[in-house]
Amino acid sequence: MPPSALEGIRVLDLSQGIAGPYCAKLLADYGATVVKVEPPEGEPSRQTGPFPQDIPHPEKSGLFLSLNTNKKGVTLDLETATGADLLRSLVEVADVVVESFLPGYLASLGLGYEDLSAANPALVMTSVTYFGQDGPYRDWQGCDLVAWALGGLMHVTGEAGREPLKAGGTQAEFIAGLHATVATMGAIYFQEATGQGRHVDVSAVESVASLTEAAALTYSYSGHVRGRDGARHHYAYPSTILPCRDGHIFVHSGGDWEGFCTFLEAPALRDPRYPGARGLADEIDALMLPFLQRHTAEELFHSAQLWRIPFSLVQDVGEVMADPQYRERGFFVDIKHPQAGELTYPGAPLQMPQSPWRAGRAPLLGEHNAEVYGEWLGLEAGDVVRLRQSGAI
Amino acid sequence: MRQAPSTGSPSETSESAAAARTGQGLEGVRILDLTQVYAGPYATRLLADLGAEVLRIEAPMRAGHGPVGRLPAGLDIMYPQREPGEQPYNRFAYYNELNRNKMAMSLDLSTETGRGVFRRLVAVSDVVMENFSPRVMPNFGLDYPELRKLRPDLLMVSLPALGLTGPYRDYVAYGTGLEGMVGLATMTGYPNGPPLKTGIAYGDPVGGLHAAFGTLAALRHRRLTGQGQHIEVALRESLTMTMGQAIMDYAMNGRVGRRQGNRHEAWVPHGAYPCQGEDEWVAIAVRSDSEWRSLRQAMGDPEWARDDRFAGALGRHQHQAEIDEHLGRWTRGFDHYGLMRRLQDAGVPAAAVLNIREMATDPHYVARGFFRSVEHRAAGGAHLYPGVPWKMGQTPGAVRRPPPDFGEHNRWALAELLGLPEAEVSELERRGVTATVPAA
Repeated sequence: MPPSALEGIRVLDLSQGIAGPYCAKLLADYGATVVKVEPPEGEPSRQTGPFPQDIPHPEKSGLFLSLNTNKKGVTLDLETATGADLLRSLVEVADVVVESFLPGYLASLGLGYEDLSAANPALVMTSVTYFGQDGPYRDWQGCDLVAWALGGLMHVTGEAGREPLKAGGTQAEFIAGLHATVATMGAIYFQEATGQGRHVDVSAVESVASLTEAAALTYSYSGHVRGRDGARHHYAYPSTILPCRDGHIFVHSGGDWEGFCTFLEAPALRDPRYPGARGLADEIDALMLPFLQRHTAEELFHSAQLWRIPFSLVQDVGEVMADPQYRERGFFVDIKHPQAGELTYPGAPLQMPQSPWRAGRAPLLGEHNAEVYGEWLGLEAGDVVRLRQSGAI
Repeated sequence: MRQAPSTGSPSETSESAAAARTGQGLEGVRILDLTQVYAGPYATRLLADLGAEVLRIEAPMRAGHGPVGRLPAGLDIMYPQREPGEQPYNRFAYYNELNRNKMAMSLDLSTETGRGVFRRLVAVSDVVMENFSPRVMPNFGLDYPELRKLRPDLLMVSLPALGLTGPYRDYVAYGTGLEGMVGLATMTGYPNGPPLKTGIAYGDPVGGLHAAFGTLAALRHRRLTGQGQHIEVALRESLTMTMGQAIMDYAMNGRVGRRQGNRHEAWVPHGAYPCQGEDEWVAIAVRSDSEWRSLRQAMGDPEWARDDRFAGALGRHQHQAEIDEHLGRWTRGFDHYGLMRRLQDAGVPAAAVLNIREMATDPHYVARGFFRSVEHRAAGGAHLYPGVPWKMGQTPGAVRRPPPDFGEHNRWALAELLGLPEAEVSELERRGVTATVPAA
């Protein structure tokens, strides 16, 4: 087995929910030793579904299971003096802390970046929050919806004249987690070269705002304020979702307009005004629809691809998981868990042949208390029992 | 780690010199960026923001710099003052926003001479990133086994849409279509309405983010082991990661998520509600009974909200249409910014649904210095760019350099990086292997 890319990096994952845990999961799945530090009652996402048969169980949350793969689990009550001391001791022998508390919370416990970097000057501490560590909205309440709205993607998602929409799932959380991962890796690379630590401040709002696809410069150039227009792309056209005989199909003209017109059996599209004409989208749609409505999505997808026209299917999650491309590539993986059983998970987001992704399960609550407190801090088994009895872990 | 070469990169600002002193992390890492449009350029933008030296390699004849020839209807908005001008390829917002902090040369890889120059560049670089369809690099004779002969510890990063293997390997897909291929589009939209997309080519930046992570992880691995490798980021697979909850629900319960507008499976109310002005909305999320009580207080506890049926989460879920209607009637009396403040002051998660003009002047964005004014001669002055999407201690998160003009760094790459004599540099341009004006 070749060495993992992030072997030897020790990460304390204090984060909860989705963004921070996804960041720490990526580090864990590519080889870092990640210890998930949970309050004694478990982190809140253990109470969040989906659950098998919809029966809540702290070891069976699909959200928790999928976002905490390959992590070790310890419990620690940061609000006790003993717990805070234990965290400082862990930080002394760790490289990275990932956290997602409201700004100021850790500092109020004597566990802010200033405190922890005093314990370990080389520490990389990544704080991923909705609004960031400073600024007038710093202490506000956030969630996926709020970040999507303030980050500017909500205003451009949905139909003109109707209410703006968030995307399905919890996209702002993942976007924040991804930016946190990239920044954390940059800080680790710097840390390993210089021995210097960093406090990395990632806000979900700004992460979403980074994805507005040239909206800022377009506005700055021409004053154009982008709005909503259904499934249509804001400038490349045709690029949209349209109905076909048995559902919907994503339509894109690709690079060969002549071939596109031929494929669609729509000679009227051969008007020189049409290629790329976002401003004429209604006319273009009307000319494409007759052909689309004569064919099924599968027919359209595969036949368009033979012409090298980039149509895409519009699949539900069940269809995605049965898709032949994924099957052949082995993207989805089955992972066993002592309480939740064997389930199918999304696998490797990227392939690194010399330092491969690894499959692993999420930890049980406090599963690695003895191992981590013993091996990292040199505590005896009796000490760990006493800590448990005192409520610190 | 390889030492930073003494490149004398042109047109660095004094801010950049400060950044080099404090270090963003990737100083001395050179990336040859063959990527096009959005996914790859977003990845290299992130890496450039971390201090890497990114040199874009662009074809001299077909630029990713906006439309060539006739301007399609509706695209004038992408140019300064809506004027493509004499150098439209240097004034295209889409390209420019994604490629700040990078350098660019034009190089015709379809000629043997161009490929020869590219090979010499590979020998002095750390990373090659590309998002062509899977056939292109092998057809050029520039696949990973060939390139690593020139530099044994090279990292190559490929971003195919659907994967370098599998039955769809030769299928083409763009970031806009990938939302359909991962289940996201079927979960985005109004109840009973058609599947929709986010307002952007969402699969691209999500793939780019994963590619930037993979590059960094592989750089770290290379520092430990001395080994390079070929990293593959299938955009569709990386986007699928964001569907984790829905995938687990299907795996556990065979249930398929559907479009439900802005509604949340457990939290009510949860949505966008109309405000006073035209197309002004406030997003409100109530995650608990205590936040519901806070919302009631913020509204002045109107009679409808005192209804016992709404006091608990289950009751609110059962009666959400009724709650939405009442709430929407109340929000209409306020401007979205004022209402956001009022609700947040009461401890209720709320946000004005901001458009880009509002974001640019929003006090929080301004206080954190997110948007950056960058001077760019070809665009006729300074314009607003999204800044670096994180803050790191003392290091300035600034934009160090404007987007490159077409072929701006040809001479730097050829003469300074490769040390080619002036006669050879001119000859390459004369033969069209490089260019400073894209051939139509």
